[in-house]
Amino acid sequence: MVDTEKLVFPAQLHQTPDGGFLVTQLDDIINWARSNSLWPLVFGTSCCAIEMMSAADARHDWSRFGFEVARASPRQADLIIVAGTIVMKMAPVLRRLYDQMPDPKYVIAMGACTISGGPFFYNTYSVVKGVDHVIPVDVFIPGCPPRPEALLHSMITLQEKIKHETYFGKDNKAQAK
Amino acid sequence: MTNEEIKQCISEILPTATYDETGEFLTIMVSKEELRPFMQTLRNDEKFLFEFLFCLTCIDWKTHFMMVYHLLSRKHHHNIVVKVKLDDINQPEIDTICDIWKTAEYLEREVYDLFGVKFGNHPDLRRLFLDDNWPGYPLRKNYVDENMISI
Repeated sequence: MVDTEKLVFPAQLHQTPDGGFLVTQLDDIINWARSNSLWPLVFGTSCCAIEMMSAADARHDWSRFGFEVARASPRQADLIIVAGTIVMKMAPVLRRLYDQMPDPKYVIAMGACTISGGPFFYNTYSVVKGVDHVIPVDVFIPGCPPRPEALLHSMITLQEKIKHETYFGKDNKAQAK
Repeated sequence: MTNEEIKQCISEILPTATYDETGEFLTIMVSKEELRPFMQTLRNDEKFLFEFLFCLTCIDWKTHFMMVYHLLSRKHHHNIVVKVKLDDINQPEIDTICDIWKTAEYLEREVYDLFGVKFGNHPDLRRLFLDDNWPGYPLRKNYVDENMISI
């Protein structure tokens, strides 16, 4: 079932004889724009990246939700999907990529490896046990690997989160009410 | 050549070698000192012509290390495994074979990186995957890492 309220442009139209004007809140319009044009960074370290590519293809088509502009440069991206195992040697590189992204920026931890180290949790000298040791994560999506549908769900969840942000101050709008 | 013929030929050039045929490949055990001239012969002799070293690795048996070399000949379509026992458990050393097979240069660096086997006369013996200041050698059985969670 489609929640139509989420799809509507967040403004009220006031008709006047010579046209009309829109009344809206700055937060609403900024969040509407941000959440519907998230540009993911092209970043994949293992098999989760294959599922991420599938989510971008014609069958699942993440363009429908505004993710189609995958960027090869962190300076043009505002979302990083950490798709795959992060090893100790990769961690500083990932941190650097994250630091190079302009604010506001968001992180999705995709798959068991990025959440906890997954199958590499025990008896390993090389794997980072959870990407949240390196960068702050907005949405965790479990699976090994998660299906493209699961990834789409996590991205839509992230959009929901962005829609509850406030531009001035850090309060969550849902809590403030 | 068949495994039997290879054994026959090797016995002529190196009588001290011992054999093990329980695995997939014919395995020849040689001593550390005999390795280099033996490998030279395997590489260059027209009978053997093992021009491809397709795997070089090491095994930690706790009491000793075992170097393992997988060799293949494209011309004769035969392959063998050469094993060398290294008795020093703390500072294992062996001569490099990277002048015989160039590919051994990187493979030996990997073994040095993860097992800490020192290769004599290696032109560039540095760590390959890990940081230069990484403590210890992770694939050794006695490796300790306080961040590692074991079950």
